Amino acid sequence: MDSEFIVGIDLGTTNSALAHCHVADENAQIAIDNIPQLVNPNEVADRTLLPSFLYVPGELDFPAGSLQLPWDTQPTFVIGELARKRGAENPSRLVASAKSWLSHAAVNRNAAILPWQSPDEITKVSPVDASAQFLRYLRTLWDAQHPGGSTALSRQDVFLTVPASFDEEARELTLRAAEQAGFERLTLLEEPQAAFYAWLQSQGDSWRKRIKVGDLVLVCDIGGGTTDFSLITVTDEGGDLALKRVAVGEHILLGGDNMDLALARLLQQKLEAEGHRIDNYQLQGLWYQCRSAKEYLFEHSKAQKQDVILLGKGRKLVGGTIKSELLRQELDRVLVEGFFPEVASNEMPIRPRRIGFQELGLPYAADAAITKHLARFLAQQLQSSPEAANSRRGRSGIACPTHVLFNGGVMKATALRERVVNVLNRWLTEEGFDELGAAQVLDAPDLEHAVARGAAYYGKARRGHGVRIRSGASRTYYIGIESAMPAVPGMEAPMKALCVVPFGMEEGTEAQIPGREFGLVVGEPAEFRFLSSTIRKQDQVGDLLDNWLGEVEELSPLEVTLNLDGKHGTVMPVRLESRVTEIGTLEVWCVSREGQRWKLELNIREKSDQ
Amino acid sequence: MIAFSTRVSYAFRCFFVILSKGEIPQDIVRELIASPSTTLASSPARIATDKVLDDSVDRAVQMLALFQRDGRLVDFLVEDVSPYPDGQLGAAVRSIHDSCRQVLDRYIKLEPVISAEEDQPVSVLPGMDQAAIKLVGNVVGTPPVKGVLRHRGWKVTEVSLPSLPEGSGRKIVAPAEVEIA
Repeated sequence: MDSEFIVGIDLGTTNSALAHCHVADENAQIAIDNIPQLVNPNEVADRTLLPSFLYVPGELDFPAGSLQLPWDTQPTFVIGELARKRGAENPSRLVASAKSWLSHAAVNRNAAILPWQSPDEITKVSPVDASAQFLRYLRTLWDAQHPGGSTALSRQDVFLTVPASFDEEARELTLRAAEQAGFERLTLLEEPQAAFYAWLQSQGDSWRKRIKVGDLVLVCDIGGGTTDFSLITVTDEGGDLALKRVAVGEHILLGGDNMDLALARLLQQKLEAEGHRIDNYQLQGLWYQCRSAKEYLFEHSKAQKQDVILLGKGRKLVGGTIKSELLRQELDRVLVEGFFPEVASNEMPIRPRRIGFQELGLPYAADAAITKHLARFLAQQLQSSPEAANSRRGRSGIACPTHVLFNGGVMKATALRERVVNVLNRWLTEEGFDELGAAQVLDAPDLEHAVARGAAYYGKARRGHGVRIRSGASRTYYIGIESAMPAVPGMEAPMKALCVVPFGMEEGTEAQIPGREFGLVVGEPAEFRFLSSTIRKQDQVGDLLDNWLGEVEELSPLEVTLNLDGKHGTVMPVRLESRVTEIGTLEVWCVSREGQRWKLELNIREKSDQ
Repeated sequence: MIAFSTRVSYAFRCFFVILSKGEIPQDIVRELIASPSTTLASSPARIATDKVLDDSVDRAVQMLALFQRDGRLVDFLVEDVSPYPDGQLGAAVRSIHDSCRQVLDRYIKLEPVISAEEDQPVSVLPGMDQAAIKLVGNVVGTPPVKGVLRHRGWKVTEVSLPSLPEGSGRKIVAPAEVEIA
């Protein structure tokens, strides 16, 4: 039965959003849904964003009966604004940035490890569980607002966004979280593409006047916790404009929260130099005040400073009031110069050493300079791409975008957008191109909900009512083949990498890996090592790599057990086939000479050597 | 409770006396209203009034609690601010003003009683609501009268308060805060 609605879900690191439109009406507007949530004990309010925070309440946290939701009088977890608020008062019970944990391979993402390093008596959840809880929350409230079997969210076409930089493991885990939450008809979509779709929707038919064949759009998405870059080319297909996503950046854990914390630390130092003592509780207040002061200064370009006031604790409210101020030059130095310094196009960021910040556990970026990450992205990601020839590049080989689309809460600040454009323009003129003018900065309305809106628009586009961006596999994927060299005791046999999914392999296509068969024992589990590369983009299906150190990363292994009655223990020769599905995932299959097929499953494990 | 036969007698007497004379027999009134059993049993009308009173006290406490939780208004009003210099007091007030304003905006919709500019001439029409408009100065004659608007007044158009907490929580304006190391 066809669904009545197309639903877009932005499951963000810091905030999530929900959008929908009717299937039947071609011209239907895309609406942003209200997400009622607990904002205080005994108080449920409508919001258009759901903070992606989960709080594990103990007996002493809230008065009995004060956590009632319209659809659940005794929820196990608190989700949303109240979770974030209370989490500031009692951090050991707060699960934040679950999405970043989903892509952190060095931990067991299916184990109950969050809240990270919290005391034993607190019930824990896995990163997959936490993500499933957010999705289940959205599904339950949708079902409550749309009563009636046919409108249940599990029966609608749902489009869920993931960062473009998520590898197959992180995407697979996202799908498992969604399955756990009761979703059945789900398609994954990359966030930078969703942002671009939101722009397309806002333009209506006039988008064709803004961009033309040969253009290269840089999508620069900086949210609360992450920075994501993508490149989209505009090509000609049978006389019509076609869009193709050609480059995807790494998953960079750096965003607005880092910036706000940097400002709060600066002010903490200033106050402590004046003799005040700032404890953790006041630091939270400082963080919040700094964010407001920062937004004020970004909005009022003539203001040179903004007061930051910390009220006294307890009864000495006025008596204990501490006043400081955020000066514009401090804002510029810490945020603009600190996070967006003017750098040359060949200045690369410090490589992270795979040591996460001990107190947080996640591998935050070692270099906070987002412009350096951008330089590396433009320099490396396009170079080896099959689309390199079609994309505008400079003399030194770096990609030279013709347009830029900003997304994410951080990019609401005009000063930061202007800085990124200035840095880009410097590189463009060095490479011999014109600067980007105001017309080349694609204005994206409603930055906070753009990804959810874009996801719903993508759903319409797939039904033929809109433009589609062709993307395909965001990385090259390989199977590990042990070489025939003699084994040296104590040393691992060298492994070759056999390409099974080339970068850009389109959704809905299949490939047969030629020229080799594998002998698998029927009834016994077989393991294939699985690798990916974000750098090598020219490898084709069947290419065998000898030397891939530094360019190819190992993921969790693929496993399969051939089940065939009556043949247990015999060796069966199989070929491999790969598929990129319409929902945005990869599949690798074993196919026997008689045509029987078995699907390999990702056995997601933690990586111990990192 | 009074005897069944008495109740039957009272019931019939009330019926006929009200029907014929339009009044309630006073001896029955005295007997029933003043008797201890009535006050103990609390007629339904009484329960309703008591509950309304309780609820409105609880709502008043809740209003204070909201301003305190999000704006720290009660801490501010209770503190003795006389020793502090204007600058320090001003800085604190700016912060409290901002957060209390948000509380007001979130839970109460206020509108002026008269939506005109202050110090502009206005007319007060016949049938004016005396609770809503206060006349000062040379107050003679009957409406319509002309005057100058000095204060626009405030009226509430919508109140959306969260549900009340359970039991003893209704007396709490701000919970005590204890930090655990």
